[in-house]
Amino acid sequence: MSTRTALVLLEPTGGALSEVSAESLTFARHAAAEVHALVVGADASTLAEEAGRLGATVVHGAAATSGDAFSAYAPAAWAAAVVAAVEASGATLVLAAGTPRGNEVLAHVACRLGVAMAANVVQVDGDDGGSMVVSRQVLGGTALEEMRLTDRVALLTVAGHACEIEPAAAPAAAEVRPLDVALDPRDLVVRVVETVAGEPDASGALKSAKVVVGAGRGVGSADGFKEITDLADLLGGAVGVSRVVTSLGWRPHHEQVGQTGSRISPDVYIPCGISGAIQHWAGCSSAKTILAINTDAEAPMVTKAHYAVIGDLHEVVPAINEELRRRRG
Amino acid sequence: MDVLVCIKRVPDTGGAITLTDDGMGVDSRLLGHTVSPHEEAAVELAVQTAKATGGSATVLTVGTDDSIEQLRNAVALGCTSPVLVEVEPDRLGPADVAGMIADVVRRHEERGTSYGLVLLGNDAADTGDFQVGVRLAYELGRPVVTGVSRFEVDGEEVTARVESTDGTDVYRLPAPAVLTVMEGGVEPRYPSVPGRMKAKKAVVETVEPTHEPVGNGRVRLKLPPAPPTRVEILGEGASAAPAVVDLLEKLGVAR
Amino acid sequence: MATVPSSARVVVIGAGIVGNSLVHHLARLGWRDIVQIDKGPLPNPGGSTGHASNFIFPVDHSREITDLTLDSMKQYKEMGVFTESGGFEVARTEERMEELRRRMSSAKAWGIEAELVTPEQVAEKVPFLDPSVIVGAFWTPSVGVVDSLRAGTIMRERALEAGALTVVPNAEVVGLDVEEGRIRRVRTDQGDIEAETVVIACGVWSPRIARMAGAHIPLTPAVHQMISVGPVPVLAEKEGEISFPIVRDMDTFCYERQHGADMEVGSYAHRPILHDPDEIPSIEQSKLSPTELPFTEEDFDPQLEQALELMPEILGDESVEIRYAINGLLSLTPDGAPVLGETPEVKGLWSAAAVWIKEGPGVGRAVAEWMTDGLPEIDLGHSDIARFYPHQRTRSHIRARTSESFNKTYGIVHPGEQWESDRGSRLSPMHADEVARGAVFFETAGWERPHWYESNASLLEEYGDRVMPREHEWDSRWWSPIINAEHLAMRDRAGIVDLTAFAIFDVVGPGAMEAVQRITVAQVDVKVGRVVYTPVLDGRGGFRSDLTVMRLAWDRFRVVTGGAHGMVDKKWFADRMPADGGADNWAAVVDLTSAYTTIGLWGPRARDILGQLTRDDISHEGFGFGTCRDIEVDSLSVLASRISYVGELGWELHLPFEHGAKLWSLLHEAGEQHGAVPVGIGVYGTTGRIEKGYRAYGFELDAERTIIEAGMQRPKVKSADFVGREAYLKQREEQPAAVLCTLTVEDHTSRSGQKRYMLGGEPILSKDGGELLDDHGHRPYVTTAGSAPSLGKHVLMAYLPPSEATVGNELTVSYMEELYPVRVGSVDTTALFDPENERVKS
Repeated sequence: MSTRTALVLLEPTGGALSEVSAESLTFARHAAAEVHALVVGADASTLAEEAGRLGATVVHGAAATSGDAFSAYAPAAWAAAVVAAVEASGATLVLAAGTPRGNEVLAHVACRLGVAMAANVVQVDGDDGGSMVVSRQVLGGTALEEMRLTDRVALLTVAGHACEIEPAAAPAAAEVRPLDVALDPRDLVVRVVETVAGEPDASGALKSAKVVVGAGRGVGSADGFKEITDLADLLGGAVGVSRVVTSLGWRPHHEQVGQTGSRISPDVYIPCGISGAIQHWAGCSSAKTILAINTDAEAPMVTKAHYAVIGDLHEVVPAINEELRRRRG
Repeated sequence: MDVLVCIKRVPDTGGAITLTDDGMGVDSRLLGHTVSPHEEAAVELAVQTAKATGGSATVLTVGTDDSIEQLRNAVALGCTSPVLVEVEPDRLGPADVAGMIADVVRRHEERGTSYGLVLLGNDAADTGDFQVGVRLAYELGRPVVTGVSRFEVDGEEVTARVESTDGTDVYRLPAPAVLTVMEGGVEPRYPSVPGRMKAKKAVVETVEPTHEPVGNGRVRLKLPPAPPTRVEILGEGASAAPAVVDLLEKLGVAR
Repeated sequence: MATVPSSARVVVIGAGIVGNSLVHHLARLGWRDIVQIDKGPLPNPGGSTGHASNFIFPVDHSREITDLTLDSMKQYKEMGVFTESGGFEVARTEERMEELRRRMSSAKAWGIEAELVTPEQVAEKVPFLDPSVIVGAFWTPSVGVVDSLRAGTIMRERALEAGALTVVPNAEVVGLDVEEGRIRRVRTDQGDIEAETVVIACGVWSPRIARMAGAHIPLTPAVHQMISVGPVPVLAEKEGEISFPIVRDMDTFCYERQHGADMEVGSYAHRPILHDPDEIPSIEQSKLSPTELPFTEEDFDPQLEQALELMPEILGDESVEIRYAINGLLSLTPDGAPVLGETPEVKGLWSAAAVWIKEGPGVGRAVAEWMTDGLPEIDLGHSDIARFYPHQRTRSHIRARTSESFNKTYGIVHPGEQWESDRGSRLSPMHADEVARGAVFFETAGWERPHWYESNASLLEEYGDRVMPREHEWDSRWWSPIINAEHLAMRDRAGIVDLTAFAIFDVVGPGAMEAVQRITVAQVDVKVGRVVYTPVLDGRGGFRSDLTVMRLAWDRFRVVTGGAHGMVDKKWFADRMPADGGADNWAAVVDLTSAYTTIGLWGPRARDILGQLTRDDISHEGFGFGTCRDIEVDSLSVLASRISYVGELGWELHLPFEHGAKLWSLLHEAGEQHGAVPVGIGVYGTTGRIEKGYRAYGFELDAERTIIEAGMQRPKVKSADFVGREAYLKQREEQPAAVLCTLTVEDHTSRSGQKRYMLGGEPILSKDGGELLDDHGHRPYVTTAGSAPSLGKHVLMAYLPPSEATVGNELTVSYMEELYPVRVGSVDTTALFDPENERVKS
């Protein structure tokens, strides 16, 4: 059993604990004897109960010694807060979610502490208190690397879905401790000055769509996309296509999903007539639900999907469109 | 503005990969090599920035002389004066790579070329460390933003945009700076035939690494178990449409 | 989860262009219960069809390939997947222009519209091509592109609609079970399929699958590089996939083919990049597909530069991007021909591999016909998988020859051109002596055969202009006047010929006579000691072979046939041995090729020479023509056979291999005082035989020709049944559609004043250069061309329309786009030299 104290950087969304932070807390509990949490730029007290339920005993609430430095995201300042919390908690293990910000802040922390960092860790393979071996995702998740962390503080970010969120056996509200962080002006040079609900670029619509209707060579020709675009429109979604479709010039490149196109993570992905070559799979595997429409029940896309309809897309898709229109009256 | 863009030669993998016998790397004998989509975007941004500001886009990589292929590809796209820090990259960790890039930046500075921006990919396609850019910034004492999909340069001020779940985060920072680039903001160009001809003739500056690497802590690579199929067949042909719409309603995507 | 059916009438492995056309044609010919499997998904399972450039240039120097291509084009058109674009083969050099003129000969011979055009005419149709780079071009208006994937789907669907086919994609073959020499079962990762007939149509994977059954499909996956650049404004303006002709830049071994707004540039110029079938990545490992391997730029860069020269407007445009670049895999074979037919190793296991898109549907049809009744309409003699000797099926041989041939894809290949790689595989017992005599070796079936001997150069002085020297380099390449000098010396005195390359096999057993009788046209129920020359026919009365049979005992027949075709003949015989002959009627084929060597001794002094070495009676009365027997030659026991392929008195002397060198030197020692010389295959294979009107299988004789057309009919037909007898009897009642004639060239002088000599393949035209058509609708062309030194003439053989087949008729032959007068010298087997055959029977 580990004797470490872990510090988890939380990423609250809208005042609540995000799913990834909850995963990080659960992960930390399995990897350490005691878990502290750190909140930067939000009210620590509102998160204490939830963090406590997931096993955190202490929640550090970072406050800048001067002004409202933490009101906007500034990675270096966030890192300064983590370093201060490490000192305050005595943690020898620091975790954050494997999100853009989690990775960014811990990279800064690594530089400040002069230690290594392991990104996108899925499990701890071994820990003797000084040296820790973790498995982490490399090569876009197609392989795992066992990596040894030997520094006085081990830094890692936790890959999404690395563990199931699980409340602690004896949950208790965590103690909230204010944490004063002395910032250097240089820590605030890089800071979000504005967040705009930006106009999505050409592929932005595809990447942000909740529903993507995919189409492959099975569509047959550039003229065969009417039913596909209709379905996307009916669901308020976007069209995404396989590489062959763009290389044949049937659809523009910005609609391409895959290793050489966009990587999408919609709630629902509906690939029609796409066999599911790896290059395409790499771009769509993060979809929450995949519903494949294919003539071939053995197609990789079908076997990897959650749901499937076996049939010719030219028959199935119009029928779905018809059914959607009918139910809407 | 003079821009330095850093790329990394990686195996161009499909979905299933094969590991080397010692488990320390990917068997790339049958694979081609490429750079990550993030780096493709970084090269595109570097070329665009050089053009827009009347500067240059120098391309650099750390690796063996095989990596010259990737350097030339970047030259074919509009980069110039390729630099190879020639070293076996498998033993290097992110701190080593950052240190080697920083050395080149400092050396070029002494020679009279100051890079207003150093661009890297958000993360390498193979090792996925997510930290070389940040470490490089600390080495050079420069500000850094990661995950930038687009940026503009106005004099010495850089406005960088990062796509997040809430929208687009905007940063303003002074050059010289380090940016790591996330794919998606620009569409990388493909090389032209004249570009390819130019690339063939480009002279590569080869640099020896200056210090011993500290390493990367790799114990070995392993393959994750394949997830079992879990597909539920909703039906065959057009008759499956009601079941499909039921499902879409259940998932909350059919209004 | 769909699994494979548990049994099938036939399993076709592969769903590329070949497998798909095969299932269609099998269904069309009445086959049912066909199962087609592929390890990949449909419609593009990831083989070479999926990345093919899909264009078709119909003209090839090979008639077989041209016929398959023309048939394929017809099928593609019928399916509505063919778009005619026209095509140029452009020349950057005068040497290439000469090759294009030769190509015109092939076009005319096969009846394909084509013309030679100027650079300006090319630029008119291809405005973005720089005409200053080229000197001319070969224009074929019927060139076009096809959608080979769509064609495959259509053909599969037709077989499905006929209720004949079950298709199972994503099923990988993991084993082939063979029992008692016959295929029984295909094992797949989706279950086993019992089947007695299995076709391997797996392209680059074929060798791997064949090996599962212990069979060999000799091909290697090789890289063909291709890039696609675009979008090109001038192309994008036009509707549709292709609106400009395809350009083959012959001297740079590249092609440029429009594909919508993109231009594809493909190359055969790079170093040969060969792969092993076991090393091809799986579908899962592949980024694009298993046969679209990562592009290796450095191999392509030189071609890119040359392509840029030719099309600067398109390729020099900075905004035109290289969007797709692959090292595509295709199949190469040691001799460049497809690999078709039942494997010699495993009954019921067929190969349909090493086929290009342009031949795919034609091959599908021909192989389906072959599988149905053994009779493909297009003769597949040069593609028969049985043609390979074991050494030609080895990995090293395949790699050596394909490495050498890769750059010949667009190369200028002389009809006599010899391989440089992997030579010296089969050496006769007299090889060392032949080397000492300055033999120039040509290869047949791996054998090194002296084509002529430099030691005979002294004869040139003796015969002067009678050796018919050739002035033009092309005409005299792979040729020597010494051949003609050897010929004349043989006719005057005697020649000694190394014939070790013969394929020799015995048919033995109590049922041997009946078995051979069923295969041969000629009567073989003859006395022991008779030698019989006989055609071998297929069921439609076309030639399968011609060969000699010696009856050595009541139950032993020795078959002697040409080395090149020997393996196919052996399989033809072995396949026709009594299946259940029992103890009283069994017969078997025993291969003796490597056990025996053969030396030919022919010429007016042959009897004197042999007489010096033997006490046996070899007088005309004591050893008549057409007989064979064992004689003692010095201390050697030799099977002497009194026949001749060169029209002279003499013998084939057969003896155990290890005695060959001794007999060779004995003959030379004894021959010296008679002026005997070593004579090469240049005489034996060409000059000696064509003077005598002797036909050769593979040149004059093939499955599309009949005994009647070849003028080889005898007064009577034997009463015993034999393969093709019924067809042959019918043919005898009808007028032939074409008649094999021997022609002499009457004037060799070209416009430049230089004398030119045809090499074979040239079209025969009317006296004023008009087109001739035989009653098959074929154009006559030269099947064999060569010197007839005894006549002082250059002689051609050709099948003419019956109306033109009259002795003395004056016609022309077109050679390098010039006409030369020819005269019909013979319209049957009557020889131009010694028509009464007095020499042979003296």
